[in-house]
Amino acid sequence: MDQAVRQTVPQPTRRRVWAFDGGLHLPDHKLESTGRPVRPAALPARLWLPLQQHIGEPAQPVVSVGDLVLKGQLVARPKGAVSAGIHAPTSGTIVAIGPHAIPHPSGLSATCIELASDGRDAWAELPAPWPDFAARDPAELRERVRWAGIVGLGGAAFPSSLKLSPRADQPIHTLVLNGAECEPYITCDDMLMRGHPDRVVEGARVLRHVVGAGIVLIGIEDNKPEAIAAMRHAVATAGDARIEVVVIPTKYPSGGEKQLIRVLTGAEVPSHGIPAQIGVVCQNVATAAAVADAVVRGLPLISRIVTLTGEGVAEPCNLEVLIGTPARELVAQAGGYTPRVAKLILGGPMMGFALPHDDVPITKAANCLLAPSRAESPPPPAPLPCIRCGRCAEACPVGLLPQQMYWWARAKDLDKTQDYNLFDCIECGCCAHVCPSHIPLVQYYRYAKTEAWAKEQERRKAEQARHRHETRVARLERLEAERKSKLRKKKEELETPTADAPAGDPKKAAIQAALERAAAKKAALAAQGVAPKNTEELTPAQQRQVDAADARRQAADAPVDAESRD
Amino acid sequence: MLVAIAIFTLLAAIFGLILGYSARRFHVEGDPIAEQIDHLLPQSQCGQCGFPGCRPYAEAIAAGAVEINKCAPGGETVMVALADLLGRDPVPLDAAIAGEQPKLVAVIDEARCIGCTLCLQACPVDAILGAAKHMHTVIASECTGCELCLPPCPVECIAMLPLPRTQRSWKWPYPDAARPAIAAQQEAA
Repeated sequence: MDQAVRQTVPQPTRRRVWAFDGGLHLPDHKLESTGRPVRPAALPARLWLPLQQHIGEPAQPVVSVGDLVLKGQLVARPKGAVSAGIHAPTSGTIVAIGPHAIPHPSGLSATCIELASDGRDAWAELPAPWPDFAARDPAELRERVRWAGIVGLGGAAFPSSLKLSPRADQPIHTLVLNGAECEPYITCDDMLMRGHPDRVVEGARVLRHVVGAGIVLIGIEDNKPEAIAAMRHAVATAGDARIEVVVIPTKYPSGGEKQLIRVLTGAEVPSHGIPAQIGVVCQNVATAAAVADAVVRGLPLISRIVTLTGEGVAEPCNLEVLIGTPARELVAQAGGYTPRVAKLILGGPMMGFALPHDDVPITKAANCLLAPSRAESPPPPAPLPCIRCGRCAEACPVGLLPQQMYWWARAKDLDKTQDYNLFDCIECGCCAHVCPSHIPLVQYYRYAKTEAWAKEQERRKAEQARHRHETRVARLERLEAERKSKLRKKKEELETPTADAPAGDPKKAAIQAALERAAAKKAALAAQGVAPKNTEELTPAQQRQVDAADARRQAADAPVDAESRD
Repeated sequence: MLVAIAIFTLLAAIFGLILGYSARRFHVEGDPIAEQIDHLLPQSQCGQCGFPGCRPYAEAIAAGAVEINKCAPGGETVMVALADLLGRDPVPLDAAIAGEQPKLVAVIDEARCIGCTLCLQACPVDAILGAAKHMHTVIASECTGCELCLPPCPVECIAMLPLPRTQRSWKWPYPDAARPAIAAQQEAA
């Protein structure tokens, strides 16, 4: 490795880029969908808003069925720190809150808010725009980003406000904006940078202010010359010397967070670590544009650009889509399916997953609907035994040993897979792509990861159950001991005769003593002129009842009084 | 001769004192092996092993009084983990255990509950909330699915339902494509 590669401080004058090991040069298939300008998708009649569109806790609905909502109104609020709110993408009526199909590899249903649009598309009252963001406190801006429900739009969907909260001991020097868009077919970020470079630059300035970074590096792969030109022009127009558009070589997966940071700064994010540990924060360009909308214009995140492409759709294009729009309607607007369509993939060909059907809503993280033909995405050939050729290790951009992880994942030895740093795997699919035996390597890693998470969760639950059981046993023992000591005390009291009443029954003596105490108290109160409070402000009927009771008591007491007088 | 006897007696006395002191000074409360076994058990406190809870079963295993294959909720995974820990050979699961069971959670039919508090007393992890003559309910996140609340209920209003499969609990399946392909190849050969 040459000396310069180890260098971590970027050159101030002429920026150089670094290389990362591994990766692939894939046919990029970008031209299919960049031929038409981005246009807004038609307003759908029904929208389904999944409560979980992000990493973390699902959002909590704040509307109920039958409510009328306006465009941009909060319909579900974030629950806990790692969560994101959801806003109504258009005005209309909430018709249901219940299970609906979601875009998830499991094909399961999840709770969605179903919104019937009224066609008016009327805006709710929005918070004030803050064009003066530079004069505001970063905490205030962070709160605005959280309000807007912004998550990482590059695909991971991690709530952005958390990523923008640098720790005091980890100062941020560089903000990286990810415009690499390395996965074949996907062009939504490319089209955003071509169409709205000013919003991206504005977002870059807001984000830089929020994290307190010195410089912004916008990394764009060299297969997007139009986006590079547009972004350079926007940066020049803004006249901001601390924003730089950096052209990087096209290589998959240079758009991976850690790979892009490596390419732009030469620094490696530590294993199991986050970029903030080396003073870098990385955000997608679409996220930056959404942050600009939220802060400078006061708009929540309710739409995104989605690429529709592949030989399976008639007119590949990019659409500006309201979150919650069913995928089926978007395909129809892209000219519908062609006879050659083989399947529908959410995401790109390398990291996406096949949808079981197209009746699923677009979520915040959905960047691409790919309808490949059989030729574009042939069914995987039957896997053959591993021949230990080592090509997967050469292709791995993280420097892992895919072959070793495969053996251990296949043997279901989860601890061993973690010894080989399974959780550093970004599931880019390079290893499986080059495997001459067609082994579905990434599937093994995904299996091992979810299995390890489930095990960890089970262990935590067992720990909790043990704690609760032990606490319960201790409580029962304590109660039993208390009961016994009480009994013992009572028994002792009954057995020892009291000094006051040596003769006669101790019980009767106790009753006599209580009666005397009550009489003394009553006499004392009467002397002060205090009567029971419940005899004030009586109704006539109540007064009659009291009088009748008094008469009865006197009648009963009379003989006794007569006797005592005698 | 006498000197030798004296030296050895003295040495024995010194070592005896050291051992006696360290036995008291470094005394370990409880059985560390039982502790480790207890940590491997699933803590459902279900009693299906014939012991009143996970801890007593762990102690019985540590004492060597019982086989390691009695834990029904843990299944084969726990048995193998116990075999690893104790250096014993894995044994097939007890005949009374019917394979891997799906995770269950108790649910009280609130309309039928009469508020007798009998299930409250049976729950080993205090996962049922309620009071006399008031409706009871199960705190689903604390329920271990041990089924100990079922027998005491006089109106049979408790049902064991499988945990719902959600986006969050879903796991990627084990890719089984590898095996059939190899098998097919071998058949063809």
